[in-house]
Amino acid sequence: MHLHRDVLAGALFILIGAFALSVARGYPVGSAMRMGPGYFPSVLGWVLIALGACVGLRAFRRRDWTPVEWGWKPLASISASIALFGFLMPRFGLVPALALMLPLAAAAGREFRLREVLPLTALMCAFAACVFVYGLKLPYPLFALPFQWM
Amino acid sequence: MDVIDSLALGFGVAFSTQNLLYCFTGVALGTLIGVLPGIGPLTTIGLLFPITFYLPPLPSLIMLAGIYYGAQYGGAITSILVNLPGETASAVTCLDGYAMARQGRAGAALAIAALASFLAGCIGTLLLALAAPPLAEWMLAFGPAEYFSLMLMGLTGSAVLTQGDAVKGLAMVALGLLLGMVGTDVNSGMVRYDFDIPELTDGIGFTVIAVGLFAVAEIVTNLERSEPDAAFTGPLPSLMPTLRDLKDSFLPALRGTGVGAFFGLLPGTGPALSSFATYMLEKKLAREPGRFGKGAIEGVAAPEAANNAAAQTSFIPTLTLGVPGTAVMTLMLGAMIMQGVTPGPQVMSAQPELFWGIVASMWIGNLMLLVLNLPLVGVWVHLLRVPYRLLFPCIVMFCAVGSFAVNNNPVDVYLCAGLGVLGYVLAKLECEPAPLLLGYVLGPLMEEHLRRAMLLSRGDPTVFFTRPISLALMLATLAILAVVVRSFLPAADPRR
Repeated sequence: MHLHRDVLAGALFILIGAFALSVARGYPVGSAMRMGPGYFPSVLGWVLIALGACVGLRAFRRRDWTPVEWGWKPLASISASIALFGFLMPRFGLVPALALMLPLAAAAGREFRLREVLPLTALMCAFAACVFVYGLKLPYPLFALPFQWM
Repeated sequence: MDVIDSLALGFGVAFSTQNLLYCFTGVALGTLIGVLPGIGPLTTIGLLFPITFYLPPLPSLIMLAGIYYGAQYGGAITSILVNLPGETASAVTCLDGYAMARQGRAGAALAIAALASFLAGCIGTLLLALAAPPLAEWMLAFGPAEYFSLMLMGLTGSAVLTQGDAVKGLAMVALGLLLGMVGTDVNSGMVRYDFDIPELTDGIGFTVIAVGLFAVAEIVTNLERSEPDAAFTGPLPSLMPTLRDLKDSFLPALRGTGVGAFFGLLPGTGPALSSFATYMLEKKLAREPGRFGKGAIEGVAAPEAANNAAAQTSFIPTLTLGVPGTAVMTLMLGAMIMQGVTPGPQVMSAQPELFWGIVASMWIGNLMLLVLNLPLVGVWVHLLRVPYRLLFPCIVMFCAVGSFAVNNNPVDVYLCAGLGVLGYVLAKLECEPAPLLLGYVLGPLMEEHLRRAMLLSRGDPTVFFTRPISLALMLATLAILAVVVRSFLPAADPRR
């Protein structure tokens, strides 16, 4: 069974609102005159839940719609490559981080040609080293070893 | 005269060979990144503004102005040549700009876009100089209640007036406000929503949100579509507009400037609304409205002028109230605060060099774009000929390095990857991300003013309706909301 995208959106908003609300319960609420750190977030949590309910319930009135087509594979590949860069960068330096990130990102595409991706990776590593490290003088090591960092 | 003195002061501090060089670097970098498909002006500025951290205040602001104009123009290039609007405001430019490009008149469209926005920029700067001091004086009367009501109106307006569903827009604003709560609460010193991650104590960075929510989602959406190898394959457009083009676009550009200058003053609505409004106006005024959407040059000149005039006048609420009009202004404001500008009604009297320096730098950035960047259009267009399968890994690289560069710390990069997933899911569910960003920025400010207003009124919420300015703003908010409620009634919308 496919759900209307607005039902999913409404559910997502309600979920996030409820989560925000449950975390905000741990903060002092205070009074309307002296609001504590929990006051505004709690109000926002309720507002988000209410709006999410509106979005979701309204969708049941609609008849004509197309199911959402998700592209999880490119999404996973792109997000993982960014996270991988974050993990490798402080440990091994800019060049190794990019050398692994770029092919993983490129794998998100429709076609993956090693003949193209390898030169591209080499080129972009050189470009990043020139622009970010030599040009903009960002304080990044090109290569590093993890034990120095630890 | 006062205005001339003030502008002279601004230009005096802004003009120097070194500053102009920074400005040109900014314009070039802004266009380089902004022209990449899938990276709008917002993401471009988000990615590049960490670079300006390392400069002293004025050069940094001038470079920022350069980046701003470069990014806007890079966005215009992608809108006109490949029909990919980077932000809501340029969606209007696409209508006729892309039609012109398909008739082989892309060059004329690009040149007119730059000329019209320069004309608007000149008039906008003058208006800013004339109107800012009296408005700032009036804004001194703003107390916390007025600030809160103003922000509420701005947020509601931005949610309802962007393309797409108004209720989802409101929900996105609430989500943005919640994201803005992450970090230390200034009143109590309590750290909220940090989940014991020390890096979250200062909140989530602009760049991380802008890149994660906008760029990552855009790349993935592009990858799903079946598309030609290169974004742009046609011949290099000739830039020269004909005399007739110039004559046809002069009056529309002037009208666009007027419309834009007015809408720029309203926080939260700004450029996007002004582009749509002025396009509609031109269509009404035209002798043959049928030409619009099929390559009418007025349809490029007027919205581009409106967009830029709105950007200029939106400096008035941004700098004198600290309430940014648009997501892009938000980033500019953030960068300015980092450079020691304290937004508020006193900014003009307390920091005249900085205030007028910013006004002058924006004008210089605009001029720089026209004089140096326009002849370089051919170079930027080459980037659009690169096949997307080679281009997008490079875009991902800019995103990753850009979010790392903000604090030199991997947590920002992980957050960016996570927000990328959220941004993609929201984009698939047809929720516009722009209102979220505005909510995220205004969140802490809004909470602060709400608290102060309620403290001053001893917990009496009617304070928002008894002070005249606040009452007017609240009524405007209710009027906007009434439009949303009407759309719920079955008979109101014949499409359903």
